[in-house]
Amino acid sequence: MSVKTPGGAMDSPKNHSAGVVSLDWEEAPRFRRTMSSKRWAALKESAIRAFFQASGILTILVLLGIFATLLATAVPAFREIPVSEFLTKTAWDPTSPEKAEYGILSMIVSTLMVTIGALLLAVPIGVGVAAYLSDVAHWRVREIVKPVIEILAGIPSVVVGFLGIVLFAPTLAKFFHTGNGLNALNGSLLLAIMALPTIISISEDSLNSVPAAYSEASLALGATRWQTLARVKVPAGLSGIIAACMLGMGRAIGETMTVLMATGNARAFPHGLLSSVRTMTADIAIELGEVPYFTTHYYALFAIGLVLFIMTFSVNLVADVILRKYQEREP
Amino acid sequence: MKKALITALVVTGFVSAFAAAAPSQKKMIQIKGSDTLVNLVQILSEEYMAKNPGTAIAVLGGGSGTGITGLINQTCDIADHSREWKQSEIEQAREQGVKPRFFIVAVDGVSIIVNEKNPIAKMTMAEVGALYRGEIKSWDAVGGPNTPVSLYGRQSNSGTYVFMQEHVLGNKNYSPDMKEMNGNAQIVEGVIQDEAGIGYVGVGYLFDREGKIRKGLKILDISKTAGGPAFSPLDKAAVDSGEYPVSRPLFQATNGKPGPQTAAFIAWETGPEGQAIVAREGFFTIGAPAKAQNEKNMK
Repeated sequence: MSVKTPGGAMDSPKNHSAGVVSLDWEEAPRFRRTMSSKRWAALKESAIRAFFQASGILTILVLLGIFATLLATAVPAFREIPVSEFLTKTAWDPTSPEKAEYGILSMIVSTLMVTIGALLLAVPIGVGVAAYLSDVAHWRVREIVKPVIEILAGIPSVVVGFLGIVLFAPTLAKFFHTGNGLNALNGSLLLAIMALPTIISISEDSLNSVPAAYSEASLALGATRWQTLARVKVPAGLSGIIAACMLGMGRAIGETMTVLMATGNARAFPHGLLSSVRTMTADIAIELGEVPYFTTHYYALFAIGLVLFIMTFSVNLVADVILRKYQEREP
Repeated sequence: MKKALITALVVTGFVSAFAAAAPSQKKMIQIKGSDTLVNLVQILSEEYMAKNPGTAIAVLGGGSGTGITGLINQTCDIADHSREWKQSEIEQAREQGVKPRFFIVAVDGVSIIVNEKNPIAKMTMAEVGALYRGEIKSWDAVGGPNTPVSLYGRQSNSGTYVFMQEHVLGNKNYSPDMKEMNGNAQIVEGVIQDEAGIGYVGVGYLFDREGKIRKGLKILDISKTAGGPAFSPLDKAAVDSGEYPVSRPLFQATNGKPGPQTAAFIAWETGPEGQAIVAREGFFTIGAPAKAQNEKNMK
């Protein structure tokens, strides 16, 4: 299809050169050269297109492959553990010398607690900072602050976890008089720090992409800057802001090293934000290195992975549905 | 098609045969296993290689289980382990035709530590076990203040975790409230900061750079029975005689009789030169019965 295009283009210069007779002798080779280079360019273009198309399809294949592997390795766990027991029991002790226990409810609750805690902190601050950067801050301040926030996203999670141990834990322990600060709150604080750059950066982009005419119209109608921001710009950019929060949540729910280091990893059902918790990711990271292969314990770890996958998948699905709804409403 | 398949098979066979022959040609001793031993064995192997330039030794950590699995699958020559082999592991080895021989290279006293503000100075084995099983939840039950106990321990992939569970907890479950830390150093830091904390760590982690006990720590004396004499893990004679109850031998295992290179290394480790390094690194040297057993296994 694309090879044909230069062929079609070949006709018009020919006709053109035929009209201007005086230039024919020197124009002809140049046209020939142009034609061959055009064909070459078209070939290159279709090759590039094929490459990116293949990469796009490959992503889908990789996702399907991961899901299939996860499913195939997780399902054998349920030959020995009833699904209801797996999801509703709170005791997890696969290496117990007494009786192996495979209940992940405590870990699901811990994961949700740490993640929701992180979002409660990160979303208001993140959206606030984004609004400040896009509407209030002087452009010079924005030029400095935004890149710095984006650098924050590049801090390795193990470094954040280290901060949690040496800085946040003693501070929290002193503040709440709990003896130690290795708890869910510590994890939430650290994950909030890690989710902030994503939330701020994408929210700010989406607020900036709201057409200027919207706020101009609003201001012209006599609205204050605050009213314009809160009632025009934020609703107009809401799809991007929600996407930002969901991406931040994705980052928080799947984060492993930071929570592994900072939350204490106790297996008991959490009593509150100040108790030490073990998240699903931390448990997989702790136990997968040493588990004998193809045992119930091994399959059970993959089953945790499957539950985690389903959780993040639903978060993304919900985000997608919300996004579509808002995009339909927008002109 | 058939021809191609045969060629592929021949090539694969050749490559794997070559790969299997490679380690013996390069004289590389592969050691894998216990994280408790990994630093010590690394230092031992470096000094040994400096004195014996013909030998190359690679040391990896990963935990006792990793090393034992490695020996069973024959991906290493020596497995470091800080606990005895489980029955399932011995059976697996038998299925693979691996006949492990055990050598004791050092002795580790697991010390029980509390915060220095804790008034308790000694405990019985039974009390430590009850604390870690979660049966005692407040310090006043063992003569301390009326504050809830804050347990620090290792993660289930650690040899020390398994050792405590078998040796002190009587093969019962750990309390689910125990905080599971990433390593010995994290337990020490936790207990230094937490006035209600209790932890278990190898003796090598108790000292700062000047060789003094870390500030903020108190090392408990442990007795076998209530009313019996209590001993500190820092008491060399008590550990050697086995009177300090929470001590354990640290092993290296080989598949059958060790080859000449491996045997020479193990003999050096357990000899006077190696044991001097063992002592310098904060572990206890091996006693006479262990030496006798090592020599028997060498033949």
